Amino acid sequence: MKLKQLEGLLGTLQQFSHPKVELEQYPTGPHIASRLLYTAENTFGDISGKVVADFGCGCGTLGVASTLVGAEQVIGIDIDPESLEIASINAVEMELDIDFIRCDINKLRWRDHWIDTVVMNPPFGTRRKGSDMEFLAMALKVASGAVYSLHKTTTRDYIKRTALRDCNARSAEVLCQLRFDVPQLYKFHKKKEVDIAVDLWRFEPCEKIMIV
Amino acid sequence: MRLLTHNMLASNVKGVTNGFPLRLEAEKWAEKEVELNADFLRHMFSKIEWKALAGAARAVGYGELPDEADASMLDSEDFLRRFHHALLEIHVEEGALVCPESGRRFPINKGIPNMLLHEDEI
Ligand SMILES: C[S@@+](CC[C@H](N)C(=O)[O-])C[C@H]1O[C@@H](n2cnc3c(N)ncnc32)[C@H](O)[C@@H]1O
Repeated sequence: MKLKQLEGLLGTLQQFSHPKVELEQYPTGPHIASRLLYTAENTFGDISGKVVADFGCGCGTLGVASTLVGAEQVIGIDIDPESLEIASINAVEMELDIDFIRCDINKLRWRDHWIDTVVMNPPFGTRRKGSDMEFLAMALKVASGAVYSLHKTTTRDYIKRTALRDCNARSAEVLCQLRFDVPQLYKFHKKKEVDIAVDLWRFEPCEKIMIV
Repeated sequence: MRLLTHNMLASNVKGVTNGFPLRLEAEKWAEKEVELNADFLRHMFSKIEWKALAGAARAVGYGELPDEADASMLDSEDFLRRFHHALLEIHVEEGALVCPESGRRFPINKGIPNMLLHEDEI
């Protein structure tokens, strides 16, 4: 699938109807989402024929994109039932098979390194400090191949250090910098649109510890 | 939820040490054909806990998987077809996943298991 075509399809997805501030619910736009998956597949071969998990899937944009670029099985996890409902509808409308699970990412108990690839746009941790790193640590525990994630550029050094030191990462690499338009969903945002710089990261987990 | 996903999940109730596999209670399920990818099946075979898969398949009325399996069976097209069917073509719509140690039930509604814990279980 061509990049433009992927971006176009993602643009048709339904997004949060009543975003919940405390869960940092804002969608990854089609521009960023399509580039994330396109890079993961075409540069690294991390998607097609793989089992992919979408952490904090919201309305399912990254999971849908993974399926469109050839993931064999996609599993979307979110804590919020309303988002999962929209995500299921999006999958059905696109005629894609995606599994969804309602769970708190911090309370996942999956077999270690069972998933091939995790894709995510975690909460930046502006509402609950540290939630971005909690997502990352869990992603690096369940993945055996790679983790793709978006983090604020202002936290770049911190992310790298913490990922390598505390989160079981063997490598941590910024692939590119993107501009993320967080629309004015929330009252505490004064401007109409808040344009922030984010990094697209690729992490690899440490040695496999297969637990059966 | 497909059985591939079931094979990855363990009970997340606090204090439970032997939470795998979750017992599947299926009330409603659907079958949907998808293309077979032999390379993917070989890739998954090393990760799959076979007994858990065979047990879950029986819970949705599919008794065509052998009780035990080893990698040499992957050469058989017939085996691949059954493995593929159990892993990817059965969707559990309504039912529950039950923790083998604590008995805690995680309901499955509209295909989505709810693994959210209550305050007192965390
Ligand atoms: C920034 S949004 C990204 C949504 C979606 N992945 C996308 O790319 O459009 C973060 C998502 O994480 C979910 N979330 C926040 N905290 C969570 C937690 N502890 N466990 C699971 N999901 C969580 C929110 O409900 C929200 O859908």
